[in-house]
Amino acid sequence: MAIDLRRFHSTFFEESLEGIAAMEAELLEMERLLLRSNGRPVDFDPERLNHIFRAAHSIKGGSGTFGFNQIAEFSHGLESLLDEARSGRRTIDAEIASLLLRAVDCLRGLIDAARRDAPIPASTEALRAELERAQTTPSRSATRAEPARTAEGGWRVRFRPHDRFFHSGNDPLRILRALAELGGITVSADLSRVPDWSAFDAVQSYLGWEIALPKSVSRESIDEVFAWVIGDCDLDIEALATAEAAPLVSVPLDIPAKVDDKSASSIRVATAKVDGLVDIVGELVITETMLSQLVEGFVPERLSRLQAGIAQLERHTRDLQDAVLGIRMLPIGFVFGRLPRLARDIAATLGKRVELEISGERTELDKTIIERVSDPLIHLVRNSIDHGIEPSDERVKAGKPAHGTIRLTAYHKAGSVVIEAEDDGRGLNRERILKKARERGLVPPEVHLDSAQIDELIFLPGFSTAETVNDVSGRGVGLDVVRNNIRSLGGGVEVTSTAGKGTRFSIRLPLTLAIVDGMSLKVGPEVYILPLAWIAETLRLQPDRVSQPAGGPEIVAVRGDYLPLLRLDRLFNVRARATALNEGIVVIVEADGKRAGLFVDELLDQQQVVLKSLEPHCQRLEGISAATILGDGTVALILDAGSLVRQAHNPIFAMAASAAIVQSSGATPPALH
Amino acid sequence: MATIMTVDDTASMRQMISFTLNSVGYEVIQAGDGAEALKLAKDRKVDLVIADLNMPNMDGIALVKSLRALDTYKFVPILMLTTESQADKRDQGKTAGATGWIVKPFNPEQLVNVVRKVLG
Repeated sequence: MAIDLRRFHSTFFEESLEGIAAMEAELLEMERLLLRSNGRPVDFDPERLNHIFRAAHSIKGGSGTFGFNQIAEFSHGLESLLDEARSGRRTIDAEIASLLLRAVDCLRGLIDAARRDAPIPASTEALRAELERAQTTPSRSATRAEPARTAEGGWRVRFRPHDRFFHSGNDPLRILRALAELGGITVSADLSRVPDWSAFDAVQSYLGWEIALPKSVSRESIDEVFAWVIGDCDLDIEALATAEAAPLVSVPLDIPAKVDDKSASSIRVATAKVDGLVDIVGELVITETMLSQLVEGFVPERLSRLQAGIAQLERHTRDLQDAVLGIRMLPIGFVFGRLPRLARDIAATLGKRVELEISGERTELDKTIIERVSDPLIHLVRNSIDHGIEPSDERVKAGKPAHGTIRLTAYHKAGSVVIEAEDDGRGLNRERILKKARERGLVPPEVHLDSAQIDELIFLPGFSTAETVNDVSGRGVGLDVVRNNIRSLGGGVEVTSTAGKGTRFSIRLPLTLAIVDGMSLKVGPEVYILPLAWIAETLRLQPDRVSQPAGGPEIVAVRGDYLPLLRLDRLFNVRARATALNEGIVVIVEADGKRAGLFVDELLDQQQVVLKSLEPHCQRLEGISAATILGDGTVALILDAGSLVRQAHNPIFAMAASAAIVQSSGATPPALH
Repeated sequence: MATIMTVDDTASMRQMISFTLNSVGYEVIQAGDGAEALKLAKDRKVDLVIADLNMPNMDGIALVKSLRALDTYKFVPILMLTTESQADKRDQGKTAGATGWIVKPFNPEQLVNVVRKVLG
């Protein structure tokens, strides 16, 4: 039978990583409890240990079955140690908890290596040995079968099932059949214990057998036939006229399965969601049938029924849209889950005490957003521990608990998801922020800023108030990157802070990336969509506000700021209605901390559009991120503000890009679906 | 054709078992833990149960006990998935009324051989 086990690998990897995350979360919680108990032994909830054990056990079973022998071997050591803890043979102290955490990390590395078909991490063996040493009893490694024994004169087996033999689901007939398959057998039945019909109980076993097997049959294979019923029967296996035979040693052939590297991205969907979809599709089919019956031989009197039917169709379509988008939704817990470990490690590095409180982890977000919001969140937590939370002695002096608290919260609010990261640290030091900003020329000396404006300064590119560069923050990645990442997801990030009380970062994200809030802009005959998140303001210009240094781009002056102006008609090579600056509109967009003006004919309106990727059909175009289909069926391109701002600040690059677009626009328009 | 129920909290094992047994013509239903399995078993007739031992909600041993307590499952074969190192668990399962066991890791051929042996 040829079944390619590789088809199950991606599920195995996925569930193993989930198991590893669960193990890690439980271990961190245990470590936290140990920390609080100040060295006293902790009575852990048995379900907690069971949970960790089950995860290790599943990984071991799966890795063995699917051919990852090194993972199986490593998880065997981990499982054995956990089994000792679970059965009360050893207590878990801080040292063991830390060892288990390292083992979990190592296991993750092993899964990752298997997934990429890479060699196993070098540290694995040392850690495996350490796990083995930590066990009070040496782990029973898989015992190899003994060499087969044979009998010169064949075998005689006496087999008598006990009364309740059938109650284990076993059947003597099955055993006799299995013996017959081993070789030619002769059987005689012992009917002596069969009672009178009046006393006969159909579910009891009364028979016994004596079976003779030829010498070609090995003792091992006979044992195997009876393996399940030892204890449920009287069994006597006798070798007749035994002669010494050379032991047969079977050599197992270990051919490891080749791991396929094509780990296609997949998603696990709750059955309830799929059931919901099926329900809606059922409703749609009913509505469709009703409508087609209605229009067959249609008479005007039925118009109101037709309208009602169409209204119903609209409702179902909307439900279907929600349900389909819902399939891509995952709980934010997937990201939150990684943070306690991270917070622990960072706090340990900095010698601080921090507790992470998490709520709203069931809040759902689009899978793509979940994946991309992870780094910004890590950055914020890192930032809070490094800059926000004070060292313990400083906190105690200020009358606060010695350990700091960071609260991560997620919730739905008006069609978006809000994620808050709030610490109870020292708050933003506005005086120092403003001083730094002035020193770096980010704020002119004569400009006065209110506190909210000062707080905003921390999002400026290159801004960092850390006095010393350390391992944790200060790697040249600032909050500007966080804000940019969030903006590229169509969201925003804000900060509020109270001196001495703490700081709160608030991230707002759209529920999905498949639909975006955009402003439609007109340039000549073309309509473009600009995502609202990037628009700072729009204004009508007086021509005298624009200047053009020799060879450079046009520069527009907006309240003391000088911004490069990008004319979309020139960039995209379309004939604009407005050529004079006072005839059109300038949209100021902001990306990567830089601003630029986009010159267009007019603003049409604000609308939600469904994104359609251009990638399979077109090469990647600078300035365009995707396309959409408007209500009237025409195709509109969606502008990529980040790339446009970069082009505006780097005109040579912009010219090259626009030349590329001119060339590609000569081809037939891309087919969209 | 016989209906087999696979009970395991890991999806990859369930998938492997179902796919393998499907491919030789058995009908297979899946349950993620003992509690789900017990519910499914009450709803329909199953000819063989293959259950993992370590599962959340209701583990394999509790499942065997509960199934054996049902009139319709008194004599239905129930196989446990165990590992070499779980001899004590295996004994507990036997005491609870399990028919036999399959030792993990196993390959599809071994699985089919055992199932054919049990279902005849």
